[in-house]
Amino acid sequence: MQYVEKPTNRIGQLIDRLPILSDVLRQPLGALGFAIVFIFALTVIFAPVIAPYDFARQDIPNRLQGPSEQYWLGTDYLGRDLFSRLVYGSRIALGTAIPSVAIALSVGIFLGLIAGYVGGVLDNLIVVVMDSLQAFPSIMLSLAILALLGPSLTNVIIVIGLTWMPNYARVIRAQTLSAREKAYVEAERSLGATDRSILISHILPNVIAPALLLAAMDLPWVITFEAGLSFMGMGVRPPTPSWGVILSEGFNNIFQSQWPILWAGATLAVTTLGFTLFGEALRDVLDPRISGTRGL
Amino acid sequence: MLVYIVKRMLMTLVVLLLVTIFLSLLVQIVPGDPARTLLGPRATPELIQKVRASMDLDKPAYVQVGNFLWKVVHLDLGNDVFTGVPISRLISSALPHTLILAITSLALAVLVGIPLGVYSATHPDSWLDRLLALISISFTTIPSYVAGLFLLLIFAVKLHALPAMGLGNEGDTLDYLRHLTLPAIALAITWIGYLARLVRTSLLEVLNETYVRVARAGGLSERLVRYKYALKNALIPTVAVLGVGLGSLMGGAVFEEIIFSRPGMGTLIFNAIKARNYPMVRSGVLIVAFLFIFANFLADLAYTYLDPRIQINKRQD
Repeated sequence: MQYVEKPTNRIGQLIDRLPILSDVLRQPLGALGFAIVFIFALTVIFAPVIAPYDFARQDIPNRLQGPSEQYWLGTDYLGRDLFSRLVYGSRIALGTAIPSVAIALSVGIFLGLIAGYVGGVLDNLIVVVMDSLQAFPSIMLSLAILALLGPSLTNVIIVIGLTWMPNYARVIRAQTLSAREKAYVEAERSLGATDRSILISHILPNVIAPALLLAAMDLPWVITFEAGLSFMGMGVRPPTPSWGVILSEGFNNIFQSQWPILWAGATLAVTTLGFTLFGEALRDVLDPRISGTRGL
Repeated sequence: MLVYIVKRMLMTLVVLLLVTIFLSLLVQIVPGDPARTLLGPRATPELIQKVRASMDLDKPAYVQVGNFLWKVVHLDLGNDVFTGVPISRLISSALPHTLILAITSLALAVLVGIPLGVYSATHPDSWLDRLLALISISFTTIPSYVAGLFLLLIFAVKLHALPAMGLGNEGDTLDYLRHLTLPAIALAITWIGYLARLVRTSLLEVLNETYVRVARAGGLSERLVRYKYALKNALIPTVAVLGVGLGSLMGGAVFEEIIFSRPGMGTLIFNAIKARNYPMVRSGVLIVAFLFIFANFLADLAYTYLDPRIQINKRQD
């Protein structure tokens, strides 16, 4: 009789228990993405442990230095440790991205459900407003609003949330439209269920999955968007170590030292690549029908 | 077909109208007084009142919207509060540089991205295809400002191979092109990766269709099948995104214009924001949004023309 050996190591057992993750890890690019996201998550959680210095600690005599034993990645124009600033910057990146996407998602779900379920004039109105919000290049819409609100972390979160929201409203609306016609909804209605209970307990659970997947895939875009706004001085303000702020300070001193731009740019590029690879592998596993690429 | 085009045109006009209304209402929705922020804390109440009146801020919202629409329809965006120069003149001197940058980038993306995608699709799972997959996905994910800064650092600051700033000497075309090179490449990178992936996916799909297999079985040469029959259909989705591409490149150009100190719509809007000059920001954003909508409209028309099935699909949605 053939004896099939089961994986005995503990990681193998753990992976066996998470079928989705093991499918993702079986793809080389998915595994690479997972590794990057995992390191990013550890950095966010353990930032104070990992960073050798406080992100605001200045060492003016050693300003704009290259990598050394004392400062692994070098220092910025105030002699602050670049490595520590990048490590703490991961918290700003995620701390902006998650609330922004949460705002976009929750407002988008609300409007999408109403538009799809109620239909009629209200539906048309919501669709037209979403269309006109999406008629702006997202960076222009954000700049127009930030020009009035002024730059700050909270304002950036609100603006990104608003700019991204129409995507979610569209997805949820389309899903709701098709869910509304399903037999189980008809059945509920004939049994006397109220619209509210139908929406919350029957339609929402069935339409939310694609929006959540979209949200996960949007995280890297939102991270680069925030860093871009901060780079322009329209987002997070110095001395907060947003990756965009580090880039912008590096840009101002580009002729003295290339290190701030090099490290901050590479960190941003690798992080977005990791999230995207992981997100795409996840999407392919969860929903093989919607494969392909996504635009900006 | 004609009905669809007219309908689509009317929709575009409605969106243009809404975008204009939205931008003129934004002042009402967002807290704060643009006249006060423009003039700073030391302005006298009389001066603030005067500027408020010139910006129509002292009138009811519907009058503001009406006046703004009236002016936009007559291509009159008012005068700049600081310099007194008509805003339309400032925009018409900035816009061509942004358009040139965006169109050059799009052309670069097409010339590099499509051949890469065709190669990958015709050599699936070869080692080069896998390498190209990683490269093109990295290209799509690298933020365009990071690409711009890296190119600036390598080719301008370290190698001194290409100029870093401005447009070049006036009237010197070669110099203009040298100044255009780095920003155009930086802006194109995302779309090179994106088009390579899109073309690979759609060509692979088409190559598996029945009519392609029939053509092969009929003894047509692989070259003819691939490039004449398959590629033609595979490029339809690509054409459709090019309009979107032009629009989004015009938005993204703001970063390259700042990094390479290029005059254009991006720098115009950016400097206006720094000067807290909201009327200027509003006009600049309005023009970019108009072009963005127009590019999308053209893409939609091209798509309908190339693939008549789309109308039926749209009706089903």
